[in-house]
Amino acid sequence: MSQLSLGLIPLAVLMWLCTYPSRALPMLAPGIERLPAWAVTYLRLAGPAALAALAAVNCLISTDQPPRLTLGVVPVAVALCALVVARTRQLLPGVAAAVVLVAVTRALGAAA
Amino acid sequence: MTGDQVQESRRNMLGDALAIASYALPVGMVYGLLTLQAHFSLADVVVTCMVALAGGAQFAAAGLVKDHAPWVAIAGVTLLVNARHLLYSASIAPYTVGRSRRERAVMAHFLTDETFALALAHFRRIGQFDARGYWIAAAAIFFPWTIGGAVGYLAAGAVDTTRLGLDVAFPAAMAGLSLGMVSGRRDAAAAIGAVAVAVPVGLLSGPSVGLVAGAVIGPIFGLAIPAGPAIDATRSAAEQGLP
Repeated sequence: MSQLSLGLIPLAVLMWLCTYPSRALPMLAPGIERLPAWAVTYLRLAGPAALAALAAVNCLISTDQPPRLTLGVVPVAVALCALVVARTRQLLPGVAAAVVLVAVTRALGAAA
Repeated sequence: MTGDQVQESRRNMLGDALAIASYALPVGMVYGLLTLQAHFSLADVVVTCMVALAGGAQFAAAGLVKDHAPWVAIAGVTLLVNARHLLYSASIAPYTVGRSRRERAVMAHFLTDETFALALAHFRRIGQFDARGYWIAAAAIFFPWTIGGAVGYLAAGAVDTTRLGLDVAFPAAMAGLSLGMVSGRRDAAAAIGAVAVAVPVGLLSGPSVGLVAGAVIGPIFGLAIPAGPAIDATRSAAEQGLP
């Protein structure tokens, strides 16, 4: 296949059509600023909730069919990252610690 | 809010943006490797990164293309995986009320997980919208992701990202960013509740469904907690130097 082939560009556009409305509608819809207090609180809480769910799903659930719980060094490394972030209040050392833990564990043959 | 405080918050965000960029590049490379296996062209990879700009959905789509799945299935998965952006956009919306419709429409295209996390934390710290801050946050993911995808495609297996432990960078960064947004009991309850819902639902119905369920139901756990003393999330986050 040529590196300049554009065969999957329509798929990229289709994916954009499935993604952009969720990103744009609340920002473009009039009256969003007049939400009741509980709704504003809900939306404020959605941030940490969505990111926590994203982290948990990515490190604890396999993409196999059917999905299964994946326990091992990756969830431990994610927990280590959280611990480092809680202590240092910086993201980069936390991510670095997680990556090093996984790489070293795998190098030692102690984890897949 | 003084100009100095905005600058200070931007500096805090730049540090976190660096962390984002440092994993977006290798994760983008992993995506590039996957697309090569799915018979994408280099142009397909670059355009998909720029147009779709949705990491999880792009990984899923590349896997589905490799398996010759129909495009309607890819569209459905993309819709489901990216439904969480509705919440992100709604969270950002109160800060963008005074901006032009055209600017908001363009901003929306770049509203990824990472842009949301960095920008919202910045806005909460300074208590207002900051266009430059938003575009710094967007650039922190857009360029490394796109460049990483292209480099990964071209490198074609030269780097063993799993062996190097780079596959843990994405969930670790999301966990760290989530923790950085917790500034009170309600935030903590929402995050814990989201995990408690996302994992079992994900095991039963697939990771994407679990993710959306956790993101939608998690905040209800937070709402169920009585509001404590006034939580000054802006002050807290600014002191912590984190989203």
